[in-house]
Amino acid sequence: MGKSSRTLAIAAAVSAAAFTAAADPAIIYDLGGKFDKSFNESAFRGAETWKEKSGGEYREIELQSQAQREQAIRRLAEAGNNPVVMTGFAFAAALSSVAPEFPDTKFAIIDMVVDEPNVRSVVFKEHEGSFLVGLVAGLTTESNVVGFVGGMDIPLIRRFACGYVQGVKAANADIRIIQNMTGNEPSAWNDPVKGAELTRAQIAEGADIVYHAAGGTGVGVLQAAADAGILGIGVDANQNHLHPGSVLTSMLKRVDLAVEEAFSGGGDLQTGIVVLGLAEDGVGYALDENNASLISAEMKSTVDDYRSKIMSGEIAVHDYTMDDSCPQS
Amino acid sequence: MDFATLIQILDSMLRLSAPLIFACLAGLFSERAGIFDIGLEGKMLASAFFSAAVAASTGSVWAGMACGVFASMVLAALHGAASITFRGNQLISGVAINFFASGMTALIGQNWFKLGGRTPSLSGDSRFLPLEWPLAETIGAIPLVGSVYSELLSGHTLLVYVALLAAPVSWWVLFRTRFGLRLRAVGENPEAVDTGGLSVAGLRYRATLICGLLCGLGGAYLSTGFAAGFIRDMTAGKGFIALAALIFAKWRPGYALFACLLFGLLEAIAIRFQSIEISGVGTVPLQLMQALPYILTVIILAGFVGRAIPPRAGGEPYIKER
Repeated sequence: MGKSSRTLAIAAAVSAAAFTAAADPAIIYDLGGKFDKSFNESAFRGAETWKEKSGGEYREIELQSQAQREQAIRRLAEAGNNPVVMTGFAFAAALSSVAPEFPDTKFAIIDMVVDEPNVRSVVFKEHEGSFLVGLVAGLTTESNVVGFVGGMDIPLIRRFACGYVQGVKAANADIRIIQNMTGNEPSAWNDPVKGAELTRAQIAEGADIVYHAAGGTGVGVLQAAADAGILGIGVDANQNHLHPGSVLTSMLKRVDLAVEEAFSGGGDLQTGIVVLGLAEDGVGYALDENNASLISAEMKSTVDDYRSKIMSGEIAVHDYTMDDSCPQS
Repeated sequence: MDFATLIQILDSMLRLSAPLIFACLAGLFSERAGIFDIGLEGKMLASAFFSAAVAASTGSVWAGMACGVFASMVLAALHGAASITFRGNQLISGVAINFFASGMTALIGQNWFKLGGRTPSLSGDSRFLPLEWPLAETIGAIPLVGSVYSELLSGHTLLVYVALLAAPVSWWVLFRTRFGLRLRAVGENPEAVDTGGLSVAGLRYRATLICGLLCGLGGAYLSTGFAAGFIRDMTAGKGFIALAALIFAKWRPGYALFACLLFGLLEAIAIRFQSIEISGVGTVPLQLMQALPYILTVIILAGFVGRAIPPRAGGEPYIKER
């Protein structure tokens, strides 16, 4: 054994030690960006909460392009980060190819199921939360026309739309719902200009409440709604504060909880599929001082009534992704 | 489709066309003077960022616009220096400006506001608000004609009207003034201009600065008039669509206006009619509607434009003979 190879072995041992020491959790944000005021920002809040509570450190990567997905996951796993959390369905393909390469690393993916032994897949029952905000919209609308603006046209977003439609129809079956999607590419998550234009078109058709499930694009939706003096409905994070009095409510999707839990699990993270719905407080609707004047006590009790019925299973909200269709439109 | 829908689509068309008109006219001035400019996108983006950032910090949309236009003109001067003084490749310089603007706006934005490259949402005096024309409500009550006035013409932000006026003004400058004649000559035959005792470089610099000014207005419109705040890469290819419109318009201001309005109209239609039921055929899929503007662009460019001949000296640095 030459001297140089011994040095190499020592170097390898040292770096291995360095890796194990750096077993911090890590998170990768999707293309909408860490500060999309919605999905990714919610994940960021979860990571920050974990940091505050545990006093630990974490690493993060903000994707800049589609091509970086595999590279980002691999880099964090190679650096010894554990678990590696990624926010967004679009990571599924990349994760299924990278996860088997790092059997000792735990991964967590939000919004998609990846069937690998070391992956925790967190999915939400967005249709249940969307049902509740749809119900609020249905009880509030005066024009009997409400709108929906989705981000990228994918089954997940159709699930939001379908739950929303069912909620609106539960309030009043005669209400018309205008549904639009922003686009077919990931750029549709970050196009507020188009979101605003879609919203204006819906307002022109008579909509007086517009719900968005469009990440960063939704900033434009809520802005256009507030400018036109109608009501918007936020998504993922509580967006009521963006335009106080002009945001009817927000469909809460506790991505922050999912991230915090995954981080707390550390290297012993429970893998498998985790489904978060109303019963688990994974989804819900936002009520705070910004929209208190918009939601009457009567409305609140109706919505809470539906909420408990959905939780008990008395009312089943149809999930679009089960059969790729929606019973109502 | 009823009349009200038509008005709404045309209304949306004006909003969507305005940035294209600014960028297209900007390209027109630059290319007529013999400087190819594919950096329109980057200049608009820089202006969009500084307009929104300064407006957010000072609370004044005018201060924002001034800074945005200034930033755009600095980049234009940079492009001018690279392609006129240093006789570099104009395409490469343009590409560099696009990359530079895309990266720097995100970087500065992140350091400035800590919001991941976006600026805070603008409100009140820090953005351009829609201008209601006098008597809009009274005249709006008149059937048909009234809604054209009150909904289509009235209620846009200031810069939309500036964009619509910029086209005839550009035509006048280029085709009715001595400066315009010289500017066009420098793009066709710089030797002749030089022989006539005029500075080729001076004229070309002036053209690129006008290009910067117009791109700056387009960018300011995007972030403070159309949207309320800057987000990363918010120009989303508008500079390139404007270049397509420029070729389509054969480098003429009047045609440029119509080309941009057409592109705006196609986009407005795609946004408005995401699903059209055609009897017998079924529903036209969303994907097709969204691809329609681009498909039509290809068809129009390939079939109806005829030969588009660029200015003869375009893209070539001028070297004075000794």
